This record gives sequence, structure tokens and C-alpha cells, in this order.
Amino acid sequence: MPNRCTRHGRAIAFVAVWLLCIAMPRSAVSSDAIPLPVREIAVGVHVYQGAIAAMTTENEGAIANLGFIVGNDAVAVIDTGGSVRQGRRLLAAIRRITDKPVRYVINTHVHPDHIFGNAAFEEATFVGHRNLPRALAARGQFYLDTFRRTLGDELMTDVKIIAPTLLVDDESRLDLGGRRLRVTPWPAAHTDNDVTVLDEATGTLFGGDLVFLRHVPVLDGSIKGWLAVFDDLARIPAQRVVPGHGPVTAWPVAIEDERRYFTRLARDVRELIKRGETIGAAAKSAGHSERTRWELFDESNARNVTAAYSELEWE
Amino acid sequence: MIRNLAWVFAASLALHLGAALPAAAAASEPEDAWPALADDIFRGRPLADGAGLVGLEMPVRAEDAAIVPVTMRVTLPPGDTRYLKKLTLIIDDNPAPVAATFEIGPNAGISTISTRVRVDAYTNVHAVAELSDDKLYVVKTYVKASGGCSAPAAKNADAAAASIGQMKFRQFAAANAAPASAPREAQIMIRHPNNSGLQRDQVTLLYTPPHFVDELSVWQGDALLFSMVGGISVSEDPNFRFTFVSNGAATFRVEAKDTNGQRFRQEWPATEM
Repeated sequence: MPNRCTRHGRAIAFVAVWLLCIAMPRSAVSSDAIPLPVREIAVGVHVYQGAIAAMTTENEGAIANLGFIVGNDAVAVIDTGGSVRQGRRLLAAIRRITDKPVRYVINTHVHPDHIFGNAAFEEATFVGHRNLPRALAARGQFYLDTFRRTLGDELMTDVKIIAPTLLVDDESRLDLGGRRLRVTPWPAAHTDNDVTVLDEATGTLFGGDLVFLRHVPVLDGSIKGWLAVFDDLARIPAQRVVPGHGPVTAWPVAIEDERRYFTRLARDVRELIKRGETIGAAAKSAGHSERTRWELFDESNARNVTAAYSELEWE
Repeated sequence: MIRNLAWVFAASLALHLGAALPAAAAASEPEDAWPALADDIFRGRPLADGAGLVGLEMPVRAEDAAIVPVTMRVTLPPGDTRYLKKLTLIIDDNPAPVAATFEIGPNAGISTISTRVRVDAYTNVHAVAELSDDKLYVVKTYVKASGGCSAPAAKNADAAAASIGQMKFRQFAAANAAPASAPREAQIMIRHPNNSGLQRDQVTLLYTPPHFVDELSVWQGDALLFSMVGGISVSEDPNFRFTFVSNGAATFRVEAKDTNGQRFRQEWPATEM
């Protein structure tokens, strides 16, 4: 932020501007935040790749991939991270690259590792799936309570639940000045409030958690819904995808691993239900042919089975 | 036991005096909720150790605190003619500890009931079986899970709202060609958000009102298999799997009611097994 001030400051005004800068609250200028390491994966598209891990105090909740796209007039941020500290570090990374305003923050879905940094961007317009406010209403307090236990008071102090005001009901476009982003809402799949963001200029897709690589996919919406959107996802005219978790990968080959995972999981769970196995027994065996192909498999697979079983047993 | 009595005495004294207990006492004594709970629920009736007679199966660590599978099982030694009259499932540290009470029909032959519950904290869980000798037998287990009661229910909120009250009844084939008198197994599922009333909207700061299935009964023909009185600890889409002995009736019937007074009823033909 001091950079921004000096760059704008002409000689005469310099001292006054500098005084204004130091007089501003620390959090507003985020001068203490160490910029997140980001990589420019396409012209004007910058990505922070999160750790393949659970959210902890040590990693500041920084497990999701985050990004920002710079247009002629403004910047759009796609997901803000797992803590306000990480959100501020993302803002610091943006300020290293541009002083254009952050016009939009797009939250790809309700999960804490994607939204807990929102409070670092309060002046932006928040964009999300039309179901996102409902999901935040139902889950926000629960997330604030449970993650206080895992992340600790210090990281959680500034975290606020900020609902989107620009709701995406149909495919919509956001303009950053000479650069258009296509925001697409999806039916229930990873959650019931997933959106993807396509930068039309470079063919870069932000898949949110509809796309997992290396990190075992997490099911919190509908397994049938997820399996049903793969064909439509694959038709998105993108060159590459920034998944919610895992490395930037060519599109649409990037979805094949998770498509295989869910196909097998659904097949296994249906077979176990048909044989009359209980949900508890299913959790121990379904999907295990995929075990060596994913990280964090033991942390999430059984939970995915529980969710899939309680959905598929109604068929 | 003496310590527990002293604790109960101190607690009731403090309540009578309208005073809070000293914080130090509360912190140094991670008190066991069970003695007071048991006293409340069973009105001082003696509880015998049910080890070997009553089984209580839950995962030690729950995958999803909002859907924790639990199985209660009564196994009598050969020649023991007693039968199960009532089963109570208690999750000690949940906001409403009594998760469900099952009254078993006189000739239902039910020995096993499985369901899914919400677990709000690392907690002891107790199952208490009342047999036909009118005695109570208790067993306990410990489960690591948290936040299950305040956890929001629906993963797919639109689908959940559209299907409330929908029921499904499954009858499972016996493992081998079993005689008609051998226990069979069936499962009843009912679509319901079973809102606990502990889910808070962070924007309006209001709680979603409790709305759950509080009564459910399952019949074969005109004979009661079991009736359940449930609380907020039963998971979304209540689900009960049970063993029973067939009385040859042609139909099964389920009647349920939720806390809004809405009633659900459905009937299914018995299938040849």
C-alpha cells in the first residue's frame, strides 16, 4: 500500500499522502501482511496454490487455491482463503502487481477454506451462487464455532460471514474493463452452491471445488448431481483449469480422475445397498480401489461414502 | 460414588441458594453426567450391568457428526425366555440427551435396532434395555464427534424441502433359507430435515425453529412392531433398521408425526422372503 501511495504521489503532495498512509488503520493498508506467493499462469491471471492438507493454525487455513484476474479497470478475486490473515496476504499480493481496485470477489461456494478471508475485501462486491446466502445462513455460525476450535482464536477473531449481494442465477458476465469473466452456477454437486469462473481472454477456468486433483474430492452436495455435471463441465471452452485443490492442469482432462473416483464410489455404494449392507459397513469398504490414487483419502473417503449412501439409498 | 453424591449434593445446594458453583470446582471435576441423567430418566430404578446381554455399536470416531450410525442389540442366552420391551438411547453430552425411546410390540421379536444420530461433543453414549422381567440393563460406549446437533442438515436444501414426508420401506432377505420363525430384517426411512433448533442464521442471528419427527410407529398387520419417541438427536431423514419375527401379516404400515403436528402414513405389502 505505501507503494501505491508513492506511485500516485507527486512531489508536492508526497508528504501529505505519506502522512495519510501512516494515519490509516493498519488493517486497512495491510502493510504488515506478507504477500502470498502467487504465480501468473496466463496473462493477468494470478494463482496461489494451497497446500494439500486440512486447515490448521500452522497453515493459517491456506489449503484452497485462490486467484485474481486483472482487467483494464479493475481486479476480480476468486476465493479469499481460510482466514482473514490469508485474505490480507492475498490483497498484499494483488497490491504488488496492480493498484486497480478489487471490484468483485467471487466465492465459488460456502466452504470455510474459500470464504474465511472475505473480510479482507469488504469494499468489493461479493458474487456467488443464488443458493450461497441460504447456505451461509444455515452453516455460517456452525463454521465460526467449529473452526475456532481447529484454527484457534487468533486466526478466527476477524473472520466474518459475508454473503454475496450479486447473486448468479444463470450464466452471467462480469466486466473488468476489456476483460470479461463468465460466472456459471451449477446444480447441486460438490455443494448446492457451486459456481465456476471462466476468463474468456485466456481460456482459464476457475473450477472451485467442482474440480479436485490429487486431493481426494469431498462430497457435500449430491453424488448423482456431481456425476451429472461432468459432461457439461467438460464442454466449457477452457485451455486450463485452476482446481479448488491441486495443481493447475489442462482442460478438460483434469476432471477424469474425479469422474473415475465418483463413478466407482457410486457403483460400490449402490452394490452395498443392494446387498443390504449397513451405512457403517459401507464406510469401511466403498471406494477403496481408489485409495492409492489420492492424498487425504483416509480423511475424507468414509465421509463421502456416508453422504453417498444416505443419498443413494433413496433410489 | 461418594464423590458423585457429594457433587450432586453440592450442585443441588448451589441451585437452591441460587449461586453459581465456584469455577475451580467445575473445572477440576470433569463431572460425569450419567448418574444424574440415569436418575432423571429412569426415576431411580436400579440399572444392572448389561455387558454380554446388550450390545451398543458406534464408530469410535464419527465420519460425519450429523450422521453417526448406531446399533443396539439384545442377545439372550439359549433357553432364556425373556424378551425386549423397551430400548432407550442416551447421548450423555448432547443438548437433549435422550435421543430416542423404542417401545417394542408384545410379539414383535425385535432384538436389534439401528439408527443414525447427531453427536454434539466427545461423549459417552448409553443404551438401556428393559426386558420382560421389568429389569433395566445398561451398556455404554464412547464416541468422538462434535458439532452434530448444530450442524446444518441439508446438503441439498432444495431436494430436502421437496421431499419431506416421503417414506421408503425395505425388507431384507435372510442370509440362508431360514425358517419362517427366524428373525427377519427391515428398514424404514422417512424424509425429514429433523431440524434440531440449534442451527443459527449468522445474518439474522435467529435460530431455525426445531422441527423433527417425534413419534413413529411400525406395524405388521395390526400388531405393533415398535413405536419410537424421538428427539433432536436423530439425524436428518430418520432411518431405523430392525430385526423382527414375521407374524404372516400381508402388510407393513408406518405412522409418524412431527413437532408441527404434520402426520405421515404409508403401507407396503410384505414380500415373500
